[in-house]
Amino acid sequence: MTTSPHVHDLGMPGTSIDANIQQAIADSVATQGEKQTALKAKDMKTDQEVRWCPGCGDYVILNAVQSFLPSLGIAREDMVIVSGIGCSSRFPYYMNTYGMHSIHGRAPAIATGLAASRPDLSVWVVTGDGDALSIGGNHLIHALRRNVNMTILLFNNRIYGLTKGQYSPTSEVGKVTKSTPMGSLDHPFNPVSLAVGADATFVGRAMDSDRKGLTEVLRQAAEHEGTALVEIYQNCNIFNDGAFDLLKDSSTGPMWTIPLVHGQPLVFGPDGASCVVRDDFGGLRIAETNQVDASEIVVHDATREDPSYAFALSRLSSQDLRYTPMGVFRAVRKPTYDRMMADQLEEARTGSPGDLGALLAGNDTWTVSA
Amino acid sequence: MTALEPSTTPGSSAPGGLAKSVVALDRVVIRLAGDSGDGMQLTGNRFTSETASFGNDLSTLPNFPAEIRAPTGTLPGVSSFQLHFADHDIMTPGDAPDVLVAMNPAALRANLGDLPGGGLVIADSDEFTPRNLAKVGYATNPLEDGSLDGWQVVAVPLTSMTLEALKDTGLGKKEAERSKNMFTLGLLSWMYHRPTEGTVRFLERQFRRKPEIAAANIAAFRAGYNYGETTEAFAVSYEIKPAPMAPGRYRNISGNQALALGLVAAGQRAGLPVFLGAYPITPASDILHELSRHKSFGVRTFQAEDEIAGIGSALGASFGGALGVTTTSGPGVSLKSEALGLAVMTELPLVVVDVQRGGPSTGLPTKTEQSDLLQAMFGRNGEAPLPVIAPRSPGDCFDAALEAARIALKYRTPVMLLSDGYLANGAEPWAVPDVEDLPDLSVDFATEPNGATADGTPEFLPYLRDPQTLARPWAVPGTAGMQHRIGGLEKADKSGNISYDPANHDLMTRLRQAKVDGIAADIPATDVDDPTGSARVAVIGWGSTYGPIGAACRRIRRSGREVAQIHLRHISPFPADLGDVLRRYDRVVCPEMNLGQLALLLRARYLVDVQSHTQVRGLPFRAAELAAVVQDVIDSTTPTASTGGTQ
Ligand SMILES: Cc1ncc(C[n+]2csc(CCOP(=O)(O)OP(=O)(O)O)c2C)c(N)n1
Ligand code: SF4
Ligand SMILES: [Mg+2]
Repeated sequence: MTTSPHVHDLGMPGTSIDANIQQAIADSVATQGEKQTALKAKDMKTDQEVRWCPGCGDYVILNAVQSFLPSLGIAREDMVIVSGIGCSSRFPYYMNTYGMHSIHGRAPAIATGLAASRPDLSVWVVTGDGDALSIGGNHLIHALRRNVNMTILLFNNRIYGLTKGQYSPTSEVGKVTKSTPMGSLDHPFNPVSLAVGADATFVGRAMDSDRKGLTEVLRQAAEHEGTALVEIYQNCNIFNDGAFDLLKDSSTGPMWTIPLVHGQPLVFGPDGASCVVRDDFGGLRIAETNQVDASEIVVHDATREDPSYAFALSRLSSQDLRYTPMGVFRAVRKPTYDRMMADQLEEARTGSPGDLGALLAGNDTWTVSA
Repeated sequence: MTALEPSTTPGSSAPGGLAKSVVALDRVVIRLAGDSGDGMQLTGNRFTSETASFGNDLSTLPNFPAEIRAPTGTLPGVSSFQLHFADHDIMTPGDAPDVLVAMNPAALRANLGDLPGGGLVIADSDEFTPRNLAKVGYATNPLEDGSLDGWQVVAVPLTSMTLEALKDTGLGKKEAERSKNMFTLGLLSWMYHRPTEGTVRFLERQFRRKPEIAAANIAAFRAGYNYGETTEAFAVSYEIKPAPMAPGRYRNISGNQALALGLVAAGQRAGLPVFLGAYPITPASDILHELSRHKSFGVRTFQAEDEIAGIGSALGASFGGALGVTTTSGPGVSLKSEALGLAVMTELPLVVVDVQRGGPSTGLPTKTEQSDLLQAMFGRNGEAPLPVIAPRSPGDCFDAALEAARIALKYRTPVMLLSDGYLANGAEPWAVPDVEDLPDLSVDFATEPNGATADGTPEFLPYLRDPQTLARPWAVPGTAGMQHRIGGLEKADKSGNISYDPANHDLMTRLRQAKVDGIAADIPATDVDDPTGSARVAVIGWGSTYGPIGAACRRIRRSGREVAQIHLRHISPFPADLGDVLRRYDRVVCPEMNLGQLALLLRARYLVDVQSHTQVRGLPFRAAELAAVVQDVIDSTTPTASTGGTQ
């Protein structure tokens, strides 16, 4: 059994996984050898040909994840990746772990059942902006509020890639696409605001091309006990190319990106010219660093229990991506659903171990004799 | 037979030496009707328990409004509970009541039409006030205006007698009045010689934390019993002897309860944790409630955000090695369709329970129907076959749940279990099975590679099927060296990799169908009840019509005619011999609580001219009506060539 922080320590064998499942695992270890936890990126790859468009941001994310996962020290067979439908949701096929490529929008629900019944596993969800926020919006918010132990990677390319380029719930207003020739009318979701609003215990954001930043957010998300949501800005070079160039371009990126580092003052921009200070009504606003007193500058604290701070942070950015905080917005500890469920089972068992015969008979029986 | 202890009330030895006679009956149907707030369901359940423990055979039909509390005293607010009990084996809750207990004018008005002339009405006269009469359009009091002359009417001031009995308890009028259902239960318990200590124990248990309420209810119950014994209003009490039953230990059980226990038992017999993902919906919610109480058996219940998450979570749990279960009713099945297809494609075990209710859309939530059969069979995109099975009585829901789990686990497939509102809420005596006699459902998880790559490296092929069952191996996450990916995209045969190859899709589509069809070899032959073996007309049914059809067949046989009853538990696949069985009969009648869904399947599949007889009233068939329909068919069946001896 692995002891990585991402996976619950089960303590006594058989407390959470049923004996037969545990036996199967033990049998496999007996024939296949000990669980391998010293892995390399190449061990995470499958023989399946990757089928994304050349240049798609999904490739860089896949590479980053394949390089990062071995560092968790979790055996491949203890990881499960569940995805929905969309370009991004092809992800599990390329990972040498257990995986399920499910149906549109439902991955968080499927992963919830798996993670709640198998707290010994490291469960990941891969989803897209349409998958997670449109058809699967309901499952996402409920997964977040429940805090089942799993990590959700939301690949946000602000477009429906797989269905060839309709606008998505994160597309900016006025987006001209095949389904909106005169521009889209509806206001987009800010996925981080949505997640914080759903009381998510962990919310982060990263850029596909920023290997270092992405890996750091993934690490913290993986270490988090409970549901972690990581929004990954992902370039769809076919239907929404350059969507994040404002933040990627070295000439504009630093100006509009607010790096979130726990314990550090929120100062950013060329020469640290900009900063984040408190605003009226509990909000935050951008200020020029030389115009404010150092004590006014907000020091980032991802562990604040009250979600209003993380929410205010998420509201700094507009739909045109100016002033976009990147990093971990929120990471708070709360009991996880799967753990509490396991505890209830344990409590019920110790109270009165299940006796099937007694259960079937119930309280009121009568006997007919021969 | 245990009566109440002679109580302290002096009246227990009848004043004036009233001689009470006892009449023996072989069966009685009682309908208790009142306002939804009057506690009729509880009263009915208690009377049922008393009757069960006395040893009668019984069958119940609760009937309540969809509204939690419709306005008091109105027709939509009427809730009723019908109980049929007998000294012999019975199959239905009875076509019509012999006795109607009406707690108010609305209850009388709503139910009188079902009471045959000469039947007994017991009414709470206190409630027949001008105001209550007006609410349901009675211009004059039917208890007094002679309009009930065709029935026997006993008007009893149930409310005021209850208040009188409880006057020293210190309870307020409103509170005390609530016990009138227990007063009524006491009276009925006396009338039918029911044992009473079970109810006393029940009330003590139920109101453990409110001893004064327990005491008041018990006092009202006793007062009702004693009233029966002393009053001149009831000169007769009735005795219905216990029914001969196979030796064994019995309990009373409802369909939802039995189904839930069947699922717990299935998990235990499979050695797998049960995971239920469900979203509340009438009439299925009680299964969720029941299962959530059995955590000590490793049962995890998850109240999902919707039905899609209900099935999704269950399928996720199945992927992890659990017995995944999702329970719902028709509207929920509609929402689950896409995920059912995923379960078909991923070939994971899953039990999907549909407790059918009436109508399309929201329909009749608290009424019964069998109209989801074709949805269960075909309600998915693509060719997505799955096994469909249906229980035939409340107690049978236990065995059907075990059978659904057996097929799901053995064949790695979603299985649709079609219960209905009548089975769910109806109750009957149930022989408690011995745990050792339950089927062994243990499964083998795959723990070693079953194939090799071109260079000889061992590899796991998740879609390499068992040649016998065509089931694919079930390797659960955590199993070393067996990592694999499954999903909704078409799978390549054996390897399970994504495949768009036309020939492969054709093959896989046929394999999935063949796997389900093959289950026919693993289920019992068609259940045919043809006592003489020479009936020429057969009645075929599935699910909860078993009781009414069976009762109808008995009536027909008593009339000197011959008829066969064919009952299907497995609808997908059908039993292997079903076509031959059907062809043995000149005429086949198929009564259904839908517009002919099984008939459509049978005609399509076997080219047999099945005659459909349908009703969608939200209520079970009446045996007498069914018998008349079938009798007409029998009487109009002229000898055919096959019996005329052309051979
Ligand atoms: C029930 C259902 N509706 C619609 C579709 C079609 N569909 C597939 S993917 C998709 C949108 C995907 O967008 P997104 O989640 O942003 O993923 P991306 O392709 O951009 O990675 C749609 C509408 C489907 N597969 N299933
Ligand atoms: S359509 Fe866009 S998101 Fe999809 S694979 Fe191509 S580039 Fe990537
Ligand atoms: Mg997208």
